[in-house]
Amino acid sequence: MSAVVGVRAEGDEPGVRETLRHGLRMSPEMSRGIVVTLLLATVATGGRIVVPFAVQQTIDRGLTAPQGPDLSAVSGLLALAAVLLLVTASCSYVVNLRLFRASEGGLATLRIGAFRHVHDLSVLTQNSERRGSMVSRVTSDVDTISTFVQSGGLLLVLSTLQLTVATALMLVYSPLLTAVVWACFLPVLSVARPMQRAVSGAYQQVRERVGDMLSAVSESVVGASTIRAYAVEARTGRRIDATVKAHRDAAVGAQVRVALAFSTGVLVSGLVTVVVVVVGTWWGVRGHLTLGELLAFLFLVQLFTGPVQIGTEVLNELQNAVAGWRRVLAVVDTPADVADPGEAGEVLPRGPIAVRFEHVSYAYPGGPTVLHDVDLRIEPRSRVAVVGETGSGKTTLAKLLTRLMDPSTGRVVVDGVDLRRVRFSSLRERIVMVPQDGFLFDDTVLGNVRFARSGATREEVELAFTELGLADWVDGLPRGLDTHVGQRGESLSAGERQLVALARAYLADPDLLVLDEATSAVDPATEVRIQRALDGLSRGRTAISIAHRLSTAEAADEVVVVDGGHVVQRGPHRRLVAEGGVYGRLHASWVAQQTRA
Amino acid sequence: MPESSATAEPTDGGRSRTDLGPSPSSEPYTLRRGLFVLGQGIRHAPRMFTLAVAGSALYGVMTAGSAWALGRVTKEVITPSFRSGHVDGGDLAKGAGLLTLVAVLLVVGVVGRRVAAGVVVYDLGAIFRRRVTAQYLRLPLAWHSSHPTGQLLSNANADVEATFQVFAPLPMAIGVVVMLVVAAVAMLLADPVLALIGLCVFPAVFAINVVFQRRMSPRVTRAQRLRAEVSDVAHESFDGALVVKSLGREASETQRFTRSAYELRDANVEVGRTRGTFDPVIEAIPNLGTLAVLAVGTSRAAHGQASVADVVQVAYLFSLLAFPVRALGWVLGELPRSAVGWSRVAAVLQATGQLPFGDATLGGTGAAHLSVENVDYAHVDADGDLVPALVDVSLDVRPGSTVAVVGATGSGKSTLTALLVRLVDPDRGTVRIDGVDLTTLRAGEVALATALVPQQTFLFDDSVRGNITLGDPALTDDDDRRVWEALRLAQADGFVAALAHGLDTQVGERGATLSGGQRQRVALARALVRRPRLLVLDDATSAVDPQVEQAILAGLRDAGSDSTVVVVAYRKATIALADQVVFVEDGRVVDVGTHAELTGRRPGYRHIVDAYERDAALRAASEGEEVLR
Repeated sequence: MSAVVGVRAEGDEPGVRETLRHGLRMSPEMSRGIVVTLLLATVATGGRIVVPFAVQQTIDRGLTAPQGPDLSAVSGLLALAAVLLLVTASCSYVVNLRLFRASEGGLATLRIGAFRHVHDLSVLTQNSERRGSMVSRVTSDVDTISTFVQSGGLLLVLSTLQLTVATALMLVYSPLLTAVVWACFLPVLSVARPMQRAVSGAYQQVRERVGDMLSAVSESVVGASTIRAYAVEARTGRRIDATVKAHRDAAVGAQVRVALAFSTGVLVSGLVTVVVVVVGTWWGVRGHLTLGELLAFLFLVQLFTGPVQIGTEVLNELQNAVAGWRRVLAVVDTPADVADPGEAGEVLPRGPIAVRFEHVSYAYPGGPTVLHDVDLRIEPRSRVAVVGETGSGKTTLAKLLTRLMDPSTGRVVVDGVDLRRVRFSSLRERIVMVPQDGFLFDDTVLGNVRFARSGATREEVELAFTELGLADWVDGLPRGLDTHVGQRGESLSAGERQLVALARAYLADPDLLVLDEATSAVDPATEVRIQRALDGLSRGRTAISIAHRLSTAEAADEVVVVDGGHVVQRGPHRRLVAEGGVYGRLHASWVAQQTRA
Repeated sequence: MPESSATAEPTDGGRSRTDLGPSPSSEPYTLRRGLFVLGQGIRHAPRMFTLAVAGSALYGVMTAGSAWALGRVTKEVITPSFRSGHVDGGDLAKGAGLLTLVAVLLVVGVVGRRVAAGVVVYDLGAIFRRRVTAQYLRLPLAWHSSHPTGQLLSNANADVEATFQVFAPLPMAIGVVVMLVVAAVAMLLADPVLALIGLCVFPAVFAINVVFQRRMSPRVTRAQRLRAEVSDVAHESFDGALVVKSLGREASETQRFTRSAYELRDANVEVGRTRGTFDPVIEAIPNLGTLAVLAVGTSRAAHGQASVADVVQVAYLFSLLAFPVRALGWVLGELPRSAVGWSRVAAVLQATGQLPFGDATLGGTGAAHLSVENVDYAHVDADGDLVPALVDVSLDVRPGSTVAVVGATGSGKSTLTALLVRLVDPDRGTVRIDGVDLTTLRAGEVALATALVPQQTFLFDDSVRGNITLGDPALTDDDDRRVWEALRLAQADGFVAALAHGLDTQVGERGATLSGGQRQRVALARALVRRPRLLVLDDATSAVDPQVEQAILAGLRDAGSDSTVVVVAYRKATIALADQVVFVEDGRVVDVGTHAELTGRRPGYRHIVDAYERDAALRAASEGEEVLR
């Protein structure tokens, strides 16, 4: 499946402003009370000019007072400055707190919204390679925004304010020196963008190398037994070392660029001081500036150069945050390809279920057609087996039936209603599929079975296993139903995982049960036992099994044979055997396998 | 002049689990343990670290130097000029030259420190990632199976990163110490009384920093843990999407995620509250100090005890030092995280229990003679319980023969196959090939003679060829003849030839671009191409169509008897290939014999292998009854 399902392609990316606007709309908490926060932030920033101003006043009115240094001339002023510092510090505290509350609240909303939406995207069930990237949409991408808003974003706002305030004050002291300072910094601003581009390019490299490295490292863990069995430790080690080194080199490369980019600002700051000293002295001697004003100006230059230095780094963070935000929003904006009609949809009453496929075709987006014009009728209470070779389209049939995907053309009709018009809550209650890889959560056996119905009692779960003929197996577990299955059920065997998945679906008690190779890793005796239990207990239920073990087909009311995306044969097992054709061939090899001992 | 503390490394898109896992050592954090980690790091990257510290020291000296230079220029050039109303061009040029020199050296210091500190962080990361993964490759599978996959991945990634991140701010902090010393001297030289204010303010800033970090680190750790939890919930939920969707559990999964997300939000706000309290305080203290310097300085100047320039210089030093002093705080803040990270990394590095190897070799060629004598094996499950998997198992497989292992789901068959190729060692008893105890063989010797195709195949992120040869050049000679031969035998030549790049096609991570049946056949070819003397197949054709499976089995039978074959099987056709059948029940070998013998005397065996036939017969009978009725 090469074509990526859904999710807007990169390229036609929305701009920074559009992203921010859209992002704030998605997280209303973030902009709530923003005006008050900004006003307080302005006051807090005002605190930064207190010291330079106090320095100037002290020098001019205190230290270099006409009748010699005099403390009393400035003592009131210094006390006032101290009070102002305390007030502005309190403002800073309030600003920080408001900012953290607003941004964390907004981002939690975004995170949760995106999580919920991802579950509606078919990317998740059709393209396992992209699941990891979906996880980072709701984790690291949101974290990037949060980091930026709380450190970089605030810094950016405060820096801009500080730059403005510093410039205004510098203008008061000396318009000429202010012009000189700006003249020195304009060239820096013009190279900031290319530098920033170089830095983010380097980070992009690092990200890719990290991906390679993680993938190589994971082989040493996930593939441990294969590595051991073939004694390829040395080769695997070399492969890992190569990716570790590539990552290290890329990271160091990025670090060098960052260091150089950052130092440009530091260097210019230093040189600006020199220029101000030279020009200021010359200008002051001509009577345009007092000594105090020049020295205060030098403090203001510090106040001015700080924000410019931060600029390079913060703008880079901003770019990362916007990119992260854009990625999250792109997911949220991707229309659910298989959408829940919700309130407008129909609720189907419980009871025996009938299914009809009407001229159903399916092609993966940008891929070949895998199902051609299928017409099929599944009667209520019937047991149907779908058989065919790997890649014949069996699983596609099951996914259409359970509405994990929608047909490209034609429709699937349940009890006379187009599946697309059935409310999800009703659909999932009536139709349940057990996939081949019965995923288990890191919980106990009990917890996993209860996943189907959180209200189920322990007794009901026990009963499910008993009715499936699996009570013995549960008793044999070290802690029975309370045995932990480990991450993804790692501590059970593949066959045992399937048993738990079956009990889970059984507890859900659907009207139509779809089994997609659900017992492929189970021993024959257990499989037959389960099959019989399901048959006996599901008389009121419709059941569709997809299996390459044809025992299921032999027991079914009807067999549907799929070949190359077409339904080529259908009917009861015996008639199809007599017919020969594809089924005859499949059955012959099945029989050969069973009886050649 | 704020400077970001971290050589921020962007984290990867999703694959990295930030999970820090359960800590193997729960000893409380102590400064001693933190300092130990610093020692470890410095020992492994001494030169770059020294360079970073030198850069930082230069930066520190020059920062203080810039205040000193400005003071000197004020005293000797600016003030006289203002007083006399006349500028001496030569003096001003000298002053400007001095200031420029200081500025340039300062930048050299910054660049040197940043680059060298970055190299230290990434070098240490690389060194320890290599060591951790080398351990993964060395440690026995029993160790692997007792550690969750997610934890091992984060040990190699997030934990290594957390351990050495402290080296980003460390050189800066050391530079700050240098800077403080220089500044103290400069202040003392300018005016001892003003210096006294500095000697009060800077320790105060430092002390507040320490308190801040103490308050901060548990909150940050908690936020980190919750972030990992959010990531785990998302991972698990998206991995299980098919189950979530087909059972219609999206809403309850969203609730589960919401709980985690809100906990994280609250924890982050707590972190913010702490930071929001301390940041303004730490910023205000040096500012208040400056005001104190101005007041005291003016008073002292009034009494002729200090010059204007002295006061200006000390005040300027304060404004310069206020920010860098925080670097000390960054280091103290990172240390607990480092110590925790290190304890996890160290747990892997110190893990022992390597499979013991001897120096014996297997001289023979042709099919191997396999014997298993009184073997016990138990594994540890997710609850930490010891679960016996095999009990007193004995087997003797003659060279060139084929043995089928039959048993119910969970009876211990897969564990047995793992013992045969020495993926694990028995707790008791011996496994021998050609009479030689596997534990006495030298490393790599077992792999040369045997091949296992497991139930769940693993493919490397490599080409089809790479997955089959695993880098053995001998197998690619002669236009890949042997590779194609193996693929033919595994019934995989057809689909491989049809791939866009044939043998050079990349299969993706864990073979994601191939179907389950295709992956199994490539794994089979990987085993067959080596012409193993002992071939072990653990239900290795479960995802393959019956027809294809028939063809594979026929091929194996015709390929001759240079191999001894042990095959886990349910199907009679597979069993039919076997000279002998081993019947396993609850981890014990209950019987060995031909299929006919076992069918005759073991009802449990009949129950499994005849299940389908019996089922069909029962059904036919009941249909017959219905017809009669």
